[in-house]
Amino acid sequence: MSYQGFRSLLPKKDLYSFLVLALILVVVLPLSLDIFRLNLVGKYLTYAFVAVGLVLCWGYGGILSLGQGVFFGLGGYAMAMFLKLEASDPESTKIQSTPGIPDFMDWNQITELPFFWEPFYSFGFTLLAIILLPTILGYIIGVAMFKRRVGGVYFAIITQALAAILTILIIGQQGYTGGVNGMTDLRTLHGWDIRTDNAKYVFYFVCVFLLFVCLFIAQFIRKSKLGRLLVAMRDKEDRVRFSGYDVSNFKIFVFCVGAIFAAIGGAMFTLQVGFMSPTLVGIVPSIEMVIFCAVGGRLSIIGAVYGALLVNFAKTSFSESFPELWLFAMGGLFIAVVMAFPNGLAGLYNTYAAPKVDAFFAKLFGKTPVSHSSPPTPLPSKPTNTKTESVTLPQGVVHEQ
Amino acid sequence: MFAEYSSSELLSIFAMQGVAGLILFSVFVLMALGLAIIFGQMGVINMAHGEFMILGAYVTYLTSHVFSTYLPDFFSIYFILAMILAFIAAAALGALVEWAMIRHLYHRPLDTLLATWGLSLILQQTYRTVFGPREVGVTLPDWLMGSYQLTESIELPINGLFVMCLALGISLAVALLMYRSRWGTQVRAVVQNRPMAGAVGINTGKVDRVTFALGCGIAGVAGSAFTMIGSTGPTSGQLYIVDTFLVVVFGGASSLLGTIASAFSISQAQSTMEFFMSGSMSKVLTLLFVVLILMLRPQGLFTLKVRR
Repeated sequence: MSYQGFRSLLPKKDLYSFLVLALILVVVLPLSLDIFRLNLVGKYLTYAFVAVGLVLCWGYGGILSLGQGVFFGLGGYAMAMFLKLEASDPESTKIQSTPGIPDFMDWNQITELPFFWEPFYSFGFTLLAIILLPTILGYIIGVAMFKRRVGGVYFAIITQALAAILTILIIGQQGYTGGVNGMTDLRTLHGWDIRTDNAKYVFYFVCVFLLFVCLFIAQFIRKSKLGRLLVAMRDKEDRVRFSGYDVSNFKIFVFCVGAIFAAIGGAMFTLQVGFMSPTLVGIVPSIEMVIFCAVGGRLSIIGAVYGALLVNFAKTSFSESFPELWLFAMGGLFIAVVMAFPNGLAGLYNTYAAPKVDAFFAKLFGKTPVSHSSPPTPLPSKPTNTKTESVTLPQGVVHEQ
Repeated sequence: MFAEYSSSELLSIFAMQGVAGLILFSVFVLMALGLAIIFGQMGVINMAHGEFMILGAYVTYLTSHVFSTYLPDFFSIYFILAMILAFIAAAALGALVEWAMIRHLYHRPLDTLLATWGLSLILQQTYRTVFGPREVGVTLPDWLMGSYQLTESIELPINGLFVMCLALGISLAVALLMYRSRWGTQVRAVVQNRPMAGAVGINTGKVDRVTFALGCGIAGVAGSAFTMIGSTGPTSGQLYIVDTFLVVVFGGASSLLGTIASAFSISQAQSTMEFFMSGSMSKVLTLLFVVLILMLRPQGLFTLKVRR
């Protein structure tokens, strides 16, 4: 990519926010936290994948999916199935009545591995499945809904129903899925113990790396023509359609991208936390993922990462010290983020902090390098790019047809 | 799968499951009516609908408690009073919520969804703090207990019959209110064209508030009826919210008749299948069918023909 192309993809302001985030995730947090806390941060970051996907779908595309937990779960379960199969080799499961199958199948009187488990012996297939399964499902849902111009509220309700269906299915089919306990007791990846501190460090950095890959993809989509079309569609769908664009294809695409991000997050969750269960898939976690995105700012992909980190951090510390207050705090957060600051942290930053920060840097850099040649103007003209980001609320996001 | 049953047994099975389905249907109708008014008429997604219902259930629980402690002589009629109180409590809370929250969000339906979800979390935790995390149940008066023997293999539980009658009565009342009263005309006018309705002198803000309060009040009555069939816990409301929304969407959001028809088909399908497979699978299949049909026919079963 040429330098010019790079600069248009990552303008200075975005570049700085990427760098600051990278500094925090790669340097500050690993140096200041012990491995237990760092592992927690890694777990929170897996939700950031979902939140970034939601920024694209909801903030830019105006499609609110309340079923991102489904994709998170698909990715997580695919990875968990692979790890579970590796953990249940005939040697370590020889006390079971059927050695060589996962323990929960044995408890449920299943005597041979179901056919859809077979391919998950292969790591390559598993990785492929993590990407492809959510894409296919997202595509089917997208084609069925967007081609018929179903959007907004109806889409939200139907995706929520899908999250409910998947949870009930997983809990009901205990023999095939591990039921309500989920898939636990995952041990090794290609013989490498995933429960050691060493492995946790590695997974944390892999997670950060993948998150940045997703962030760059999201940034690319945001800055490309597609990103502009998405915003246009969100604000006035009919006008885009009348301009000759097939609106539904863009929606399907961005929904699939969100689904893949969520699935990668799910797979990383399984690797870092060591289990997967239906409580991470259902209605409640799915809607919580939306709040991560909303708190960070529905129009800011970097904000989504901070949102996921902060809300989860608050959740952990609240539930440790005042468990009964957590739901009040969470409920209040939902209401506040909608009524008081609809653009989330990013919106607050852009309104209150950004001018000060810009002025500070302008002062810092503006004075030293050009101090001699320029006439003594005390404040260099404000950078004009502070307000390039659209911070207005999506008006009329929804037009049910 | 039918081979091992004789034909008369099969008939009784279907009759019994049909009755069970009818009771489920009545509960669905009661829950969905309130939602159909709020969502179908106003376009507001009230995720806290289940919690309004549970409020009604807790009011009923309190009333039964008060009656059994202080007025044991009148215990047999407490249920009527409890239902009225449940309606008033839920409607009052609904009006408050509309005033504080919803009216600022009418032009952002997706945001009402998130805000009311937050409200539902707060209400849940309030119930948990006040009433404790355990499920509570009410003692039914004698005349609601027992069952009515129709034939030797078919019997009808009386509380179920009562819920059915209640659902029927409330549906009729709502239909009359919506289509035969001045207020109903105003509501429908506001739904179809808000600025014009305002221009001809309808106080749209007031109509909105009353409509929302009415929907919540009906949810309260539904919760009151719900105590007759099951026990109530702080999170009971959340269990039903997805089903209820699907019922409303499946029926066609702005049609009351559609809501009733879809409640009927969903509940019958679920309870009939429940006999032949596990409860969870029948629920999965029912929901999946509904979602598939909605993908093919997104506008729902019944639609108003309006030009948009």
